[in-house]
Amino acid sequence: MSKPPEQSSENGTPAAPGRIDWQRRVFSVMGGLGPLLALALVVGVFAIVDGQTSSAQRPPVPAVFLTANNIRTIAVTASTVAVAALGMTVIIIAGGIDLAAGTALALSATVLAWCLTHGYSPPVAVLASIVTGCFAGLLNGVLVSALRVVPFIITLGTMTIYLGVAKLLAKNTTIRPAPATIPDWLERLVDPQPQTPWLIESLGVPNFALGVWLAVGLAILLAAVLRYTVFGRHVFALGSNEQTARLCGVNVPWMKIAVYTLGGLFVGIAGTYQFARLSSGSPTSGIGLELKVIAAVVIGGGSLNGGRGSVLGTMAGAVMMAAIASGCTILELDNPIQDILIGVIIITAVTVDQLRQWRQRA
Amino acid sequence: MSATAARLSMQGITKRFGPTRALNGVSLSVSRGEVLALIGENGAGKSTLMKVLSGAHRADAGSMALDGAPYRPSGPHQARAAGVAMIYQELNLAADLTVADNIMLGCEMHRLGWLKRSRQRDRVAGALDLLGHPELTPETPVGKLSVGARQLVEIARALVTEPKVIVFDEPTSSLSAHDVEHLFQIIGRLRDAGLGIIYISHFLEELRRIADRYTVLRDGAAVGSGVLCEASESEIISMMVGRSVDELFPAVAHTPGDVLLSLEGLSGVKSPQDVTLTVRRGEILGIAGLVGAGRTELLRCVFGLDRVRRGAVRVAGVLHGSNAAAGIRAGLGLVSEDRKGEGLALARSIADNLTLSRLKPYSRLGWLNLSRRETAVRHWMRRLEIKARAPEQAVGELSGGNQQKVAIARVLHQEAEVFLLDEPTRGIDVGAKVEIYRSMGQLAAEGKAVIFVSSYLPELLAVCDRVAVMARGQVRAVRSSDQWTEESAMACAIGADAT
Repeated sequence: MSKPPEQSSENGTPAAPGRIDWQRRVFSVMGGLGPLLALALVVGVFAIVDGQTSSAQRPPVPAVFLTANNIRTIAVTASTVAVAALGMTVIIIAGGIDLAAGTALALSATVLAWCLTHGYSPPVAVLASIVTGCFAGLLNGVLVSALRVVPFIITLGTMTIYLGVAKLLAKNTTIRPAPATIPDWLERLVDPQPQTPWLIESLGVPNFALGVWLAVGLAILLAAVLRYTVFGRHVFALGSNEQTARLCGVNVPWMKIAVYTLGGLFVGIAGTYQFARLSSGSPTSGIGLELKVIAAVVIGGGSLNGGRGSVLGTMAGAVMMAAIASGCTILELDNPIQDILIGVIIITAVTVDQLRQWRQRA
Repeated sequence: MSATAARLSMQGITKRFGPTRALNGVSLSVSRGEVLALIGENGAGKSTLMKVLSGAHRADAGSMALDGAPYRPSGPHQARAAGVAMIYQELNLAADLTVADNIMLGCEMHRLGWLKRSRQRDRVAGALDLLGHPELTPETPVGKLSVGARQLVEIARALVTEPKVIVFDEPTSSLSAHDVEHLFQIIGRLRDAGLGIIYISHFLEELRRIADRYTVLRDGAAVGSGVLCEASESEIISMMVGRSVDELFPAVAHTPGDVLLSLEGLSGVKSPQDVTLTVRRGEILGIAGLVGAGRTELLRCVFGLDRVRRGAVRVAGVLHGSNAAAGIRAGLGLVSEDRKGEGLALARSIADNLTLSRLKPYSRLGWLNLSRRETAVRHWMRRLEIKARAPEQAVGELSGGNQQKVAIARVLHQEAEVFLLDEPTRGIDVGAKVEIYRSMGQLAAEGKAVIFVSSYLPELLAVCDRVAVMARGQVRAVRSSDQWTEESAMACAIGADAT
């Protein structure tokens, strides 16, 4: 019967499939772990170079890159981008893009700061900032669905709209709530030095800031949602082939609205992180951040054509960028070098990913 | 060298991809001034063989010779230089460049990068003269040409390299009848000029007109060859599918029951226009017509994908809403004509594609039970004999026939009562077609209603109980299939009086 000529097991000799299956499984596991391996590579290189340069100094100084403190710092730095990138992962898998993520994140942080300066209690302020993120996402989704303009253009527009709204709210400056109004737990969210610094002190396993654990929890939850829910299946189907999704009775406009709103939820949470880090609400603090967020997804194996992406990869991508930033600082490499390195990593990651897919198909 | 000396001979060509043997000792030869028909189902190894010939793949074993001299191309470019030209199914032209520029693309004549325009013009003119088509002038941008004329530009491009052998890979799939005629004249001229021609096509009638000899491939091996006019159609088909096809159209007994689907004056935005039809349980209704007659639009309106302007769709007497989700709830199932663009999400797994329209049985509060789903998917894969490694395999990796089975399995899985099948047999091989005909018969026997849209009249007349002919968005006539002939149905479809 029908046999594609370059198909492997189905018209091959019957003895082979077991081995092929095994190979394939290794390949697919490797594919899933690819971004983690890349992260390990980056960390390894920095650790070695750091170790060498430190011991070469006269007198030798201890290496810092792999110390618990530095790992805590990297994790905290990564967490803001990581949380926003979780939402972006869903949007990109569904075949969309959100260029407004950066300014919406800053808007959420600004709303939080505004609420605190206007006497609202901290829980209300945090809630307001998260709701702001959701609304920003909702608006993106509604516009994408209703106007049927490509999301790149819609979110390019809302990007500056959200920047403008945040500036209006902050009266074109930065809102700095009085230190007394900022609660302890909010500051501790992204404090690189948690109150209990060790998880298992004898083994040297460090504890992390609350926000890092929250990000990990959200990631696990999202990964489960993408894999084990009807919503998750529909997200993948939508990004893979919108026409097919419509044919199968998926309510495409509503799905898009839901996807962008979910993205907004994560942006709102990331806005809280941003505020906690800066202790202020700056409308311009999110400019350019959306590109870092998108970069995390893409380094993690997300495809801008939709239909592909993974939570684990995204997290690895976010941590990788933070690790590079930290490593460069420790090695006293200039900021421009960091930028160039991250650019190289993005291109390399996507190229390697493409090569791998190509090989799997051949 | 005698007049019948072999232009090309391929001996014992073997090609493996990993454990798969795509070609297994295939031999064929083409003589000077001969057209060889290369016949085989999709996946029989035709394209792999032609890729070996054109240098895109290297054979693991076997030898080739051009005009008696050993021929071992290291790549497509060298193959072209040695005198092997390919005309592909999909056109590979730059629409913004002129005819002349397209023809000379990649083999421009130049000195130090400066084009020798006048010498190029001579060569282009020589090639175009041979083709003799009024539309073709060297300075016309290719984007302004008709599809038929574009194909000729491809042929002209092959001719300027002065080939010994030309391969035509399904050249007529996108041509009108008139252009096909013209193409055949040209192939005749090329043959008379002493070239060796390999012609690949699915259409046996077409091959009979143009080809002298044939070679049939199946499962990567040459299973038969001979003089085409001495072989009957059923002989060739049984060579292709590897078993005698006593019946190309297996009959499954079914009897029409109550009316299940009724369309009352259904009108869409442009088409359909005022269509009134009924389909009974246990009935297969065929819809014939030319491309653009509004058949696809009719199915989409019924299903709820396209807007309905007037009229009503009733399923078992109940009016249904106008979106795909409502259509699915009402028991309608659509298999799209555009399998790759709309029907399937190619990058997703079989399991995802098969269950996308009905995930409910596997979900609780939105959370899926994946193992239960996999059991169900395996059941459907067995039932429709979908050949794949696992339910998790991406649909895009399957052959056309198996992809189509996944699309049909989805509609079965969603427990549809009315099956709207839009060109379900297009682009799949004979064996898979037979299975799809049988499935339709079984559905009818189970009391479902089937609407079967096809452009291939023989299958419609053989499989359906009744056939409706559409033209310009309207249903021109509905009759029981034994009251149609191919001629009368075609006459009706082009708007001549149906008598």
